[in-house]
Amino acid sequence: MRYQEHWSRTLFMVSTYTLLIVLALLCLFPLVHVLAVSFSSPSAASSGQVVLWPIDATLGAYEYALGRPQFIDAFTVSLKRVVLGTVVNMVLTILVAYPLSKSSTAFPARTWYVWFFVLTMLFSGGLIPLYMVVREMQMLDSIWALVLPTALPVFNVVLLLNFFRNIPVELEEAAIIDGASHWRILWEIYLPLSKPAIATLTLFVVVFHWNSWFDGLIFMNSPANYPLQSYLQTLVQQDLFMYSTSDPRLLEQVSNRTLRAAQIFLAALPILALYPFLQRYFVKGVVLGSVKG
Amino acid sequence: MIRSEASVPATVAQTRRGFWHRRSRRINTLPFHLMIVPALILTLIFKYGPMFGLVIAFQDFVPIRGITGSEWVGFENFRFAWNFPDTMEVIANTLYISSGKIVFGLIAPIVTALLLNELRLKIVKSGVQTIIYLPHFLSWVILGGILIDLLSPSQGVIGRGMAALGFEPIYFLGDNTWFPWVLITSHVWKEFGFSTIIYLAALTSIDPTLYEAAMVDGANRWRQTWNVTLPGIRPIIVLVTTLSLGSILDAGFEQVLVLYSPQVYESGDIIDTLVYRMGLIDAQYSIATAIGLFKSVVAFILISTAYWAAYRFAQYRIF
Repeated sequence: MRYQEHWSRTLFMVSTYTLLIVLALLCLFPLVHVLAVSFSSPSAASSGQVVLWPIDATLGAYEYALGRPQFIDAFTVSLKRVVLGTVVNMVLTILVAYPLSKSSTAFPARTWYVWFFVLTMLFSGGLIPLYMVVREMQMLDSIWALVLPTALPVFNVVLLLNFFRNIPVELEEAAIIDGASHWRILWEIYLPLSKPAIATLTLFVVVFHWNSWFDGLIFMNSPANYPLQSYLQTLVQQDLFMYSTSDPRLLEQVSNRTLRAAQIFLAALPILALYPFLQRYFVKGVVLGSVKG
Repeated sequence: MIRSEASVPATVAQTRRGFWHRRSRRINTLPFHLMIVPALILTLIFKYGPMFGLVIAFQDFVPIRGITGSEWVGFENFRFAWNFPDTMEVIANTLYISSGKIVFGLIAPIVTALLLNELRLKIVKSGVQTIIYLPHFLSWVILGGILIDLLSPSQGVIGRGMAALGFEPIYFLGDNTWFPWVLITSHVWKEFGFSTIIYLAALTSIDPTLYEAAMVDGANRWRQTWNVTLPGIRPIIVLVTTLSLGSILDAGFEQVLVLYSPQVYESGDIIDTLVYRMGLIDAQYSIATAIGLFKSVVAFILISTAYWAAYRFAQYRIF
């Protein structure tokens, strides 16, 4: 049944399409702009001619950025952090979500544990006491300082345990009759059936670790241990910084502005590369969160 | 908040074998405890540890003396923080910035979702969605870096554009009138797209026959939106608003830390950044912790109330 098209309706539709497309372009513009700046020559960048397309295109900023040991070091720290952090987060999330997805009849201590973990979502000791704990644990300047304080993402546990609850109990009962242990049930029944949920949460966690920078800033005393985003933060905050290069050829191809733009883009690149997957899964993740048993 | 269990009917078999069941259950929970133990230990250290560390808010904490050796001063730090001239300003800034974010962060995605819902060309709809979700996934370091570049009055494209049109370029990041609005706008810009997801999901669950009935009653599009669509997504709007009120003391720590500078402390310094500077840069551990504790307690009350209200009025529960 088709609604009769008035001229006002047509006008409304045209403006809706226009507005939404403009909104989308507004979301894209800053990224495209920074990309254009990063590929432009320093003189074009500083004279403000660059808007959406590189002028006097050069790879100088990227060559310089990728040639800086600090950048490479920071990139390596970030990679390590993402791998280690994701493994720790996912293993703990799965191990906690499984028992907590049981009924309190099957697992009487469940209620106690739930409150134990949920309380940490509601109340926190705050920044300074956390810093002191990490320092007391002798973890300053160690990669573990970036991984262990956020080892258990409680919200992800909630999402996963709700997912686990939708798995038919009959499967588990049958396995128990066959003499399977809970470890095996988790490994051979729950995990294979929860692949989409686990993929979603893994992506969330990867993005979280890649994007985190504040903990790197405070827990790492030596800038050599900064993950990429913490390193980038120090760059971004310095409006003018002096870099020394003995290569005059490079000076013509790199400026603070183009170099910063190049590094910003390089740091965003892994997220952009993951984005097709993110987009596919995160909608599911949000829906996952709103579906309660 | 705790999910009440669906009734587990005791079957005949269970009653008959009650003894064995109880016994086997007790043995069976051991793997459950083992699975939880690693997370339990880490949570004790890194979540509950800092909670005990909060006692330094009541001390004149000196790092070399430690918690046991430092002098107890009661509420002295709180009194000091309360009389500290910056405190009131910082609380006011926090509330101003975060209420702006809550209001516009609520309206923008609802309007966008309603408009997206009108689109019939699938390629445009999914294209727009793909693009507007993107900023959510980029960190404030990246977006802040881009924003600093865009808003630079001398080199930035916005300053250049204003100059080209004959205006005096505004230094948005250095001006106390503009700075809070840069924070609010850029926050809404980053999150509005992602926030539409939940409304779009709610929109698809509205019963289409309601629209047909409204049309039969002669309701035009606007009336349909007002009388069918909005009431249909009202529960989710109420839920999102309630939960966001719970975090009204979070004005966006990472965003502010990337974008602010001493010249905009007056309008942009928030509770979290003050705690950070006092505690970790000026090493005034006790006072910073006292301010942090004040924030945590208020936040705890607000969040618990929000969750309680969300449960009470929208049947939302986290577990």
